[in-house]
Amino acid sequence: MAHKWGMVVDLDRCTGCEACVVACRAENNIPTVGETQVSIGRAIHWIRVERYWEGEFPRVRVKFQPVLCQQCDAAPCEAVCPTYASYHTPEGLNAQVYNRCVGTRYCGNACPYTVRFFNWFNPAWDKPLHLQLNPDVSIREVGVMEKCTFCVQRIKAAEIRAEAEKRELKDGEFNPACAQSCAPKALVFGDLNDPASEVSRLAHSNRATKLLGELGTQPKVAYLQRGS
Amino acid sequence: MKSPNEINEDLLRPLFRTSWRFFVAFIPLALLVLAACGAFVYQMWSGIGVAGIRRPVFWGFYITNFVFWIGISHAGTLISAILRLANATWRRPVTRCAEVITVFALSIGALFPIIHLGRPWLFYWLVPYPNERSIWPNFRSPLLWDLTAITTYLTGSVSFLLLPIIPDWAVVRDKAAGWRKRLYTALALGWRGTPKQWHRLETAMHTMAVVIIPVAVSVHSIVSWDFAMAPVPMWHSTIFAPYFVAGAIFSGIAGLIVAMAFLRKFLRLEEYLQPIHFDNLGKLLLMMVLLWLYFTISERLTTWYGNQNDEMAVFWLTQRGSFAPLFWVMVFCNFVIPFPLLAIKKLRTITGTAIASSTIVVGMWLERFLIIVPSLAHKYLPYSWGSYRPTWVEITITVGTFAGMGMLYLLFGKFVPIISMWELKTGLQKSFVAGRPLSAANARLELVTGAEIDATDR
Repeated sequence: MAHKWGMVVDLDRCTGCEACVVACRAENNIPTVGETQVSIGRAIHWIRVERYWEGEFPRVRVKFQPVLCQQCDAAPCEAVCPTYASYHTPEGLNAQVYNRCVGTRYCGNACPYTVRFFNWFNPAWDKPLHLQLNPDVSIREVGVMEKCTFCVQRIKAAEIRAEAEKRELKDGEFNPACAQSCAPKALVFGDLNDPASEVSRLAHSNRATKLLGELGTQPKVAYLQRGS
Repeated sequence: MKSPNEINEDLLRPLFRTSWRFFVAFIPLALLVLAACGAFVYQMWSGIGVAGIRRPVFWGFYITNFVFWIGISHAGTLISAILRLANATWRRPVTRCAEVITVFALSIGALFPIIHLGRPWLFYWLVPYPNERSIWPNFRSPLLWDLTAITTYLTGSVSFLLLPIIPDWAVVRDKAAGWRKRLYTALALGWRGTPKQWHRLETAMHTMAVVIIPVAVSVHSIVSWDFAMAPVPMWHSTIFAPYFVAGAIFSGIAGLIVAMAFLRKFLRLEEYLQPIHFDNLGKLLLMMVLLWLYFTISERLTTWYGNQNDEMAVFWLTQRGSFAPLFWVMVFCNFVIPFPLLAIKKLRTITGTAIASSTIVVGMWLERFLIIVPSLAHKYLPYSWGSYRPTWVEITITVGTFAGMGMLYLLFGKFVPIISMWELKTGLQKSFVAGRPLSAANARLELVTGAEIDATDR
């Protein structure tokens, strides 16, 4: 059976440390856009940690909620793209084919999670970040959309390795950069089609919910609600 | 009442004589258009980021202008087609001004989806034809429907505009000399005014009038679906298609009245564009004012009563939040000011309708802005809420397109009689046989001017 990559985010475990955000930047050659651009909302971060406050001071509680592309099975971004740049892969990923993108930004409007990011200018990296670009990930030119890929380069590398060694992929054999760097293990990645995988088990837990599930986008990311 | 020869003289004057007033109007407009072109080149050179759009408001001034101009384009062809089919005889001096607006507004509007692209040099990848990457575009995307509908409408309205110009161009040909003679001989397509030609013209125009109405309705429905098909609060609504079509006709009539008021003064057409025309169009506009109010209330009331969190966030943003000043200005421009001006007979003068129309044009631009931006700014997860502010690039390009509309209109008036001469003459003829409908062909045969005799004899 084909793989169906998914993720579980345990909100009980997330400490809001943002290691995932940093790891994602390093892994995926995400450009640094500069202070002024960030201040008007043009920062690019494929995963973000949303902060919400609950209650009034002094009985206030902070909630962290990491949000990345939910890799929807019924993705609003895919239907609206006129050039098939936003595309559903056979493994169920919402791929973004940069070379096809003409920059209508329609997908960015249609996405209810606002996890799609646009390259308003050609990418640049502050020194010495330009020396640490990942050779496995293409950089994106001005005028194209980009978004979380579940580190498709790592998925492909692991699949190719397993195929060369004529074996099945093992659960937890590889992880996207965010899950790999998550110290409290709030992010769990794996194959939802493998009933024995940890991600499948957690995705079926009683605490599992979908972000904006009422919109019917069928996300492949599940959130384990806080118990404490 | 004017004789056919006087009509020829009055309406052909701008084609043969160019006064200083033309240049006074034309040069500033042309400069503004050049500035807009410069801004666009600068944007392509530096990156679309020099515009003010940002995450999450990915669409701003450009798409507002797109919807606005496509809306204005409904003045023409649609109004003129309906008036033709309804046999409204007062329409005669109005139809061509209206049809020209359609063609130019549509051409301008269709530029905006290209201007707003991240990589505008690849716009042709949206054309429904397998390209060099040997894949078809995505037929599920409303943008593709859009491109298809707009190109269809543009083709249709260009033919709808050009068909009834042919006999007028033949008149110009017969009166002209030199390069004008050569130009208009080509443009007149060998028109001789034979009964067969008249019959064909009449059939073609009748067919086009019937065909263009559903096309026009479909165009603005599809424009509305660019929004309504996306699961965005206050966009994802069944009312959008008729709301947009009504709004388009609303702003279209207003645009037409503004253009007519200018033409009347500028080309001294007082005897052709008479108070009765403004009065009749004013009544039509009054109906659209009420229809606009009805749609706006329907949309707002159901949203408010439904009381869904995501929609209410956008709702309050426009009713009393940061977009509220714009919203209430819109209500003023679209209803409070024009309603009394159009409803009270004494105020429904040329000046009255022109003022009402001007505020409506402003109000309808604001409406499009208020449909697009607040919804994107407050979309679902509050953490990602944002705002929008245009930059000088967007403002220059926007102003440039308004100037472009004026410039194209002026140029058009230099090559084509802005009022359909032969239709006007047909009207004269008809008044002799009052009550009995004549076909254009018959009326034409009885109506002989020097120019046409020359044409038939040659």
